[in-house]
Amino acid sequence: MKILRDLFKDYRFCFSFAVLVIILIMAFLSRFSPHDPTLWNVVPKDLKPSVKYPLGTDSNGQDIFWQATYAVRNSLIIALIAGTVSRVIAILVGMVAGYKGGTTDRVLMFISDSLLVIPLFLIMVMLAMMVRKFLNLVVLGLLLSAFGWAWDARVIRSVILSLRERDFTKTAILTGTGTVKLVLNEYMPFAMPLIFSTLINNISWAIGLEITLAFLGLVNLTIPTLGTMLNWAITYQAMFLGRWWWVLTPVFISVFLFIALYWLSVSISEYLDPRTRIQRVGAE
Amino acid sequence: MDKLLEVEQLTKVFSLGSILSKVKITATDSVTFYIKPAEIFALAGESGCGKTTAAKMILGFETPTSGVITHSGKKEAIKGKAWITGGIQAIFQDPFATFNPLRVVDRYFFENVRNFKLARGKAAAIELIDRKLRLVGLSYEEFAGKYPSEFSGGQLQRISIARALLTDPKLLIADEPVSMVDASLRMSIVNLFKKLRDEVGVSVLYITHDLATAYYISDRIAVMFRGNIVEMGTVEQVLMNPQHPYTQLLRESIPEADPARRWSSTVTLSELEHEEYLRRGCKFAGRCPNVMDICKTVIPEDIIVEDTLVKCHLYSGGYKGQ
Amino acid sequence: MNNPILRTENLKAFYVLDMAGKQKVAKAVNEVDLEIRENEVYGIAGESGCGKTTLLKAIFGAFDPPLRLIDGHIFYYINDLGVDVTTLNANEKRKLRMTYISYVPQGSMSVLNPVIKVKGTYQDFIGSHVRGNTRKEAFELARQHIIELGLPRNILDTYPHQLSGGMRQRVTIALAALLGPRIMIADEPTTALDVVVQRGVVQLLMSIQQKLKNTIILVTHDMGVHANIADRIAIMYAGKIVEEATTTKIFGSPAHPYTRFLIDSLPRFGDKTQRGSVPGNPPSLTDLPSGCPFHPRCPHTFEPCKEQMPDYTQLDADHKVACWLVA
Repeated sequence: MKILRDLFKDYRFCFSFAVLVIILIMAFLSRFSPHDPTLWNVVPKDLKPSVKYPLGTDSNGQDIFWQATYAVRNSLIIALIAGTVSRVIAILVGMVAGYKGGTTDRVLMFISDSLLVIPLFLIMVMLAMMVRKFLNLVVLGLLLSAFGWAWDARVIRSVILSLRERDFTKTAILTGTGTVKLVLNEYMPFAMPLIFSTLINNISWAIGLEITLAFLGLVNLTIPTLGTMLNWAITYQAMFLGRWWWVLTPVFISVFLFIALYWLSVSISEYLDPRTRIQRVGAE
Repeated sequence: MDKLLEVEQLTKVFSLGSILSKVKITATDSVTFYIKPAEIFALAGESGCGKTTAAKMILGFETPTSGVITHSGKKEAIKGKAWITGGIQAIFQDPFATFNPLRVVDRYFFENVRNFKLARGKAAAIELIDRKLRLVGLSYEEFAGKYPSEFSGGQLQRISIARALLTDPKLLIADEPVSMVDASLRMSIVNLFKKLRDEVGVSVLYITHDLATAYYISDRIAVMFRGNIVEMGTVEQVLMNPQHPYTQLLRESIPEADPARRWSSTVTLSELEHEEYLRRGCKFAGRCPNVMDICKTVIPEDIIVEDTLVKCHLYSGGYKGQ
Repeated sequence: MNNPILRTENLKAFYVLDMAGKQKVAKAVNEVDLEIRENEVYGIAGESGCGKTTLLKAIFGAFDPPLRLIDGHIFYYINDLGVDVTTLNANEKRKLRMTYISYVPQGSMSVLNPVIKVKGTYQDFIGSHVRGNTRKEAFELARQHIIELGLPRNILDTYPHQLSGGMRQRVTIALAALLGPRIMIADEPTTALDVVVQRGVVQLLMSIQQKLKNTIILVTHDMGVHANIADRIAIMYAGKIVEEATTTKIFGSPAHPYTRFLIDSLPRFGDKTQRGSVPGNPPSLTDLPSGCPFHPRCPHTFEPCKEQMPDYTQLDADHKVACWLVA
């Protein structure tokens, strides 16, 4: 597609694309894992990386490579749930508040602002401790999404506020278009780059928050995620004992993932920015 | 005589400022006029005189603080949606802002056709759109599938007019339709309005600050200053023989395209505008060459002088006082 | 005839654009030869997109990418010495600005810093062009200058957003005239202003010109404004000057078909006869027609018009036209 061709001209997009493809392949490979990630002692412990065990094994007796595939898959699932659900909430709240204005706007922004000023981390810790028993991937994802929409709702609202005053809104009203259709057809093209880049940022944020919570031991540690792998590695003093392959695997994967996501969001949102798009439109 | 549009004592007051210091600006003050079928009525004045606010209220985009708007005999029963019947449409000043730069222009046309149920099926819709485009001097082939940036300002403004004509409106509200178009291309658009009045019988509320084009196509004209109509009548009377000092000033200030007739005197623009809005008496008192004491304290009445309405103390008592 | 103060020779300035991987060249100023004299108001007229603003930028020496100087020279005659602006570096150009030549850009509402009072902007300008103790004196002179030009006394103490568009425009023009430049360039100073305010702006320019006895180069598409203030007018079309003459000759006996259309399309009071505007659409500067750029819209085209751009024919001492009809 033409869009992809244009995007590949940006080196940042190429890098992110490559990294994400690798990560997605890893996540997919988890289906073929010969070991059950929740069991212990399925392979000999603490072996260095070799041909048989490409990333070595850990102190729980798990093959790190296959653990990593599960970890990546699970972290991505949590982050995707968090990201998409919070997008939907942010879009709904932002658009309704922006277009309707008045009391609706004030009420919605009050709720949104409250969520912004609450010390997120303490609440998360509290909630995580309370629902620890039920904390599977989906629940964690939803929990993260509940705190991830507030900022973006405000940003979307301000885009809508400025667009509402423009003449083409009046033209659309004069053509008889109803409110919902108007907002979707007229404003979405302007909001899309914003929504897309905040989606990716949100995914980054969710992964980061999950790693933090797991690191502190607040999630279900039997489910392998990037965070829980790190937690186990630290608990077993892997760094001190020289078992670098166990610590560095989740660290490197996370670092590459964050850089890739960041560059993806920057390159795509630059491409989608209405100002550069307007220049490109009709240039062919 | 049936009136297509009648506006009575239309007033809009804006309060600016925060909770602590509010300033009330009367953007439109007791404006009263009417428009007949198949006539071009010009509403002229400087920026900030209230003409755009009046247009927004007529269209329903703003709610009046007080006053009555009657469309073809029906008082504004449909809350704030004058275009709902399709009888009124509007054209705006900046053709490039009128359409969403990220959407193809024909989308607006097709939606308009669909929402007002003007044609059945895509072929009939295209035929209707093509007909309206031809009225403004364009055709469907050169228009379909293009973004606003692919047209010139003049073309886009004509497309905007074509869109407004889709529902066969009786009244077009044209808000400064040519001020952003080059002087050399203005005639084509202005002639279009003339053609629509003469051939199709559409009335136009022509809002402008360009008195030259107002003279050229309008039948009647109302001159506004800081929210009030200060003079109203046929365009021949008001522009060729202006009574109100402000209209006289406007008339003199138009740059004539004739180097032999240059401006004779200098104009003084010494007051900041919002100070003028807050005057107690006649708002023009600060600049008027014929100002009298009464002008500074008492708002002038609307006086009829030879079929023209003039809001000035010079004419009170039915004589041309000096 | 006065001495020349600015001269361009075969000036070519194009915009080189790179959109979505493709290169497009907009020939905004395409072989322009101008000679502008002291103590005159020189008007440049033409439709939007004909290159007038680019010509001004070129004359001012502001070749910021994507605008590039392709060919030609620009001479300023400072104290009777011709200085080729194209050879100056950025610092030398900066010294000339404001003191010798100043520029009032289109939409000059944005020249004033919105978060400081107007006097702050004035002080900034004075500070960067006048050194040391004379700064305070210079500021006092600025105050005097404002009052002499007929602007309200308290205008220096206001914020830009408190002023109307027309007032801001006049403040910006007064600022440009502050240091007594020999050349002032005004780009569409009256667009989007209404008639009374427009008159105020134009009269301000005229009073500055009479006071300083300098040269004003005025660009606008409004022929009425040119009729009122310009001494000589150049008509620009698709990057080229197609006609240049004194104001009376341009309005009285326009030679180029485009000029004739421009003059005829202006509505006049007392005259309701049908008028037409220029037919067709302005050409795109990236895709110019061959030969004379006006030929697709000209009702009098014949053989040579498509082939070659006409040379200038000197109809008079101060009237020249580029048209095959006249050659």
